Order: sequence, then structure tokens, then C-alpha cells
Amino acid sequence: MAACVEIRAAGKTYGSARGPVIALSDVSMDVAEGEFFSLLGPSGCGKSTLLKCISGLEGISTGGIRVRGQALSGPPKGLGMVFQRDVLLDWRTILQNVLITAEFQGRPTAEVIDRARALLERFGLGAFQDRHPWELSGGMRQRASICRALLCEPEILLMDEPFGALDAMTRDDLNVELTRIWQAARRTVIFVTHSIAEAVYLSDRVAMMSAGPGRIVEIVAIDLPRPRPLSIRETPEFARHVAHIRGLFAALGIVKE
Amino acid sequence: MAGMWSGSAGLRGTLGVLLAVIALWEAAVWVLAPPPIILPPPSRIWVDFVEAPGYFLRNSWYTLSTTLAGFALSVVLGVGLAVAIVNSRLAERIIYTLLVALNSLPKVALAPLFVIWMGTGVEPKIAIAVMLAIFSIVVDTVLGLRSVDPDAIALARVNHASPFKILVKIRFPNALPSLFVGMKVAISFALVGAIVGEFVAGSAGLGFVILVAQGQFDTSRVFVALVLLGILGTILFYIVEAVERLLLPWHVSQRAVARPDGH
Ligand SMILES: Nc1ncnc2c1ncn2[C@@H]1O[C@H](COP(=O)(O)OP(=O)(O)O)[C@@H](O)[C@H]1O
Ligand SMILES: [Mg+2]
Repeated sequence: MAACVEIRAAGKTYGSARGPVIALSDVSMDVAEGEFFSLLGPSGCGKSTLLKCISGLEGISTGGIRVRGQALSGPPKGLGMVFQRDVLLDWRTILQNVLITAEFQGRPTAEVIDRARALLERFGLGAFQDRHPWELSGGMRQRASICRALLCEPEILLMDEPFGALDAMTRDDLNVELTRIWQAARRTVIFVTHSIAEAVYLSDRVAMMSAGPGRIVEIVAIDLPRPRPLSIRETPEFARHVAHIRGLFAALGIVKE
Repeated sequence: MAGMWSGSAGLRGTLGVLLAVIALWEAAVWVLAPPPIILPPPSRIWVDFVEAPGYFLRNSWYTLSTTLAGFALSVVLGVGLAVAIVNSRLAERIIYTLLVALNSLPKVALAPLFVIWMGTGVEPKIAIAVMLAIFSIVVDTVLGLRSVDPDAIALARVNHASPFKILVKIRFPNALPSLFVGMKVAISFALVGAIVGEFVAGSAGLGFVILVAQGQFDTSRVFVALVLLGILGTILFYIVEAVERLLLPWHVSQRAVARPDGH
């Protein structure tokens, strides 16, 4: 498959009041078209920074990033983004919050309103489309923010710890829903998490990152068959992948055994 | 309960307190019998009002319209300045410096200058009202425009939204609650400004009524004007609050009121 995102020797240094902070150093990786790719690592290792650089929101200091062959200068077309916090706007209903993606892009909302409704229906929010964000639970809000990211059919979906603030059960639900829609649409997903099990369950490949300065230490392929039911997490193959990654992190002194 | 007028029980409580104060005042004047020029009883104040309601209401209307004009102008100018401040460092430096300098001057001291410039009509009064009211509008609107979730801006930028769209769809609605905080302060300041203007050069308005009554040592009429001012200020404040409740049913501070059934 063709490379969708190519990163070559990318480095990122933030200027701050206490001097320069090296957030990323010499990161190289390729993400294939249609691949589910995870960035896994402890907090502060530069996962969000790398995602922001791929999205074109932050420029890199050294090296290069190409998205579908184009060198980045600002956000490329066809990106969808989901953050850890849902960033729903309190003054808009759930449906209006989903539609804002089209409004931002200057597309008439009439073109996408049916799709917005269908997406909400699919994520179990059909009955809540005219409610306001504060009337919904955390899991429902995050579902709405995923609908918002998917509205204009992005070719690349960037997700920064989207389920990090949710309880374990809601998180399981959303993991299943996410794999289901990914399976159906086969878009490229770059997914940030600090949960090894989540990364293994969702991904085709997992890039393990380490801090000081932020870099990729290893890229692990997850060859578990798809579709993956939740129960796959109890299989020995799954446990082997998790143990392998945990072992690598431990050997590098990134996590304690 | 969120606002003091949000239930009939709250309203009854407020009225009860007011009536008790009036009764106590009346009783105290009867018992202590101070000279009427120092403190007239509420009954006397009422009689004075009823003797010339047209005079008092006409002048109240004058003060009210000056206040509203000053307030409206402050909101329009203040929001405009706030948008400029948020969008340009240079504008921020210039406008903030001037505003802070202006705000640290006692506006009463500037009032005569406005009369020299604009005459003795309604214009200098509106100008003084604006000078008093605009500061809180600008400061609170700037705060609201700035305190936007950076992720919301990131989301807009990823979708190639123009700065104007970000202003209209995110920054401005986000600033509305803060703007209303500023407006609730500004409406009272606009009233103060109108009165100051009438004190300095006026031939109408409640400030003028107070000056004339003072010249005649008619303390009771001074009190009529004061009571009317109090009523005016209170009503204006609650009107702003009511508009806020109408426009911002989504805001945290309004939810208990907007949805008493707790959905
Ligand atoms: N805007 C910024 N300015 C300065 N330093 C930053 C900024 N954003 C992130 N950093 C620093 O870069 C490093 C990586 O941060 P981040 O990418 O948020 O890590 P992660 O998402 O893995 O937790 C951290 O040391 C953080 O303090
Ligand atoms: Mg992060």
C-alpha cells in the first residue's frame, strides 16, 4: 500500500520561557493508506506534538513530513480530528455541533445534514441530536465529537487519547464502535494512547515512543485477525503482544516491571 | 434558586424587606422627629411625588433615555474595541494604554470639558455615560474572547476556517457570558454618567431635579428623585439579566433556571 503519511527525521523544539524544549527528535515513520496506526508512550513523550505536526497545526523544526505526497504547509485537506476533551460548543445542540465541521469548511449544511443525522443514529445518539452537550454523559459527548470529525468524510483521522477520560466500560464500547466504522470505511487512522491493551486491540501497527527527547523506539506490527471481538483480549496471542510491548518498554527503562 | 426574581417566593421576600425598611423609617421619623430638612418621612416623599408626577416622570424619562443611549453606545464601541484588541498587538497596546489612563481619571473632572465641547444638550451626558460604562465592557469582552479552548481553535484551523469564522462561530458566542457580566456593571455606570452630566450642565433629568430641589432646600423632592433613581437602576439591571437569561440558556449559570426539571 502507498504511504499516506511519511515522516523523515522530524524534530520539534518549542521555545518556552525556561528555554527551548526538545519535544521530538529524529522521528521517522510511514503510515500506509487505510492503516490503523497507534502512537503509544508515557505522558510527555511527544505524542500530541507529533500528531499536531502531522495535522499541520504545528510546524516541525527539522526534517520533513509529507501527507499523500504533499509537503506540509498548514493543515492538509481531508483531516478529521478528535481530542481527549470533546470540545463540543455548549451553545449548540449535538446536531449543530456535528454540522460545524461543514460550516468551517464553507460547505452548505443542507448537503451534509442527512449524513450528520445518520452518523448520530449510528453512534446511538439519534434521540439526542437536539439536546445540548451538557445534557449528555462523557461517553455520549465523545461519540458526538467523533461524528463531528467524520462528517465531511476525512481521509485521515487523527485521534489524541480520545477515550482517555472515559470509564473502562464506555471505553470498551467505543473501541468496538471505532473498529467497526474503521473496518467499513478503511480510512487512515493515527491514534494516540497510553494504554498498551488499547493500542494492541485497535491497531495494525504500534509505534512505541519514549521521552527525553521524544522519539520512536520501536514499531510493532499487530497481526491479530480482524474483525476483532472484545473477547480477543483474553486470547494468548493478544497477551503475547501486550507482554512483548511491555517487555520492550521495561527493557528500555520506560516502564517498571 | 439562581436569581432573586426567579420565583414568587423570592419576589415576596424582596418586597417584604423593602416594606419593613419603609415602615421602620416612617416610625423612626415619627418617634425621633428630626427637622424635615434633614430627613422627611416616606409618606411625605410619596405625597411630593403624587403632587407632580408628570414633572418627575418626564425627568426620569430624560435620564433613562440618556442612560440607554450611553449604554448602547458603550456596548457597540466596547465590543468593537475588544475585537480589535484581541486581533492586533498594536491595537492592544494603544487602546489598553488609553483606556487605562482614561479610566484612572475621575470622570467628574472631565465632565466640564465635554460641556465646553458639546454644549449643554444631551450629547455631553451620553459621552460621560459612555466614558464610565465602556471600560468594564471592553475588559470583560476581551477576557471572554481570549478564554477559548485552544482545541476548539485547532479544530477550526484543521477544517480551514477563516479567522472571521472563528470569531463569529467560536470566540464571540464564547465571550457572551463574559460580555453580560460587563453589561451588568456598565448599565449602572451609564446611569451614574447620565446623572453626572446633568449635575454639570443640565436643564432636565433626575440629576437636574436634585440640583433644583437642593437649591430650594426641598429635601423631600431630593428623596423623590433618589427613589426614582433607585427604581430606574434596579429595573435596568434586571432587564439586562432577563435578556441574558433569554440569550444564554446554555450557560452554566443559567441552566438551573432554564431547565428546572433537571434534564
Ligand atoms: N506549546 C508548548 N510549549 C512548550 N513546550 C511544550 C508545548 N507543548 C508540549 N510541550 C512539551 O513537549 C513535550 C511533549 O509534550 P506532548 O506532545 O504534549 O506529550 P504527550 O502528548 O505525549 O503527553 C513535553 O515535555 C511538553 O512539556
Ligand atoms: Mg498528549
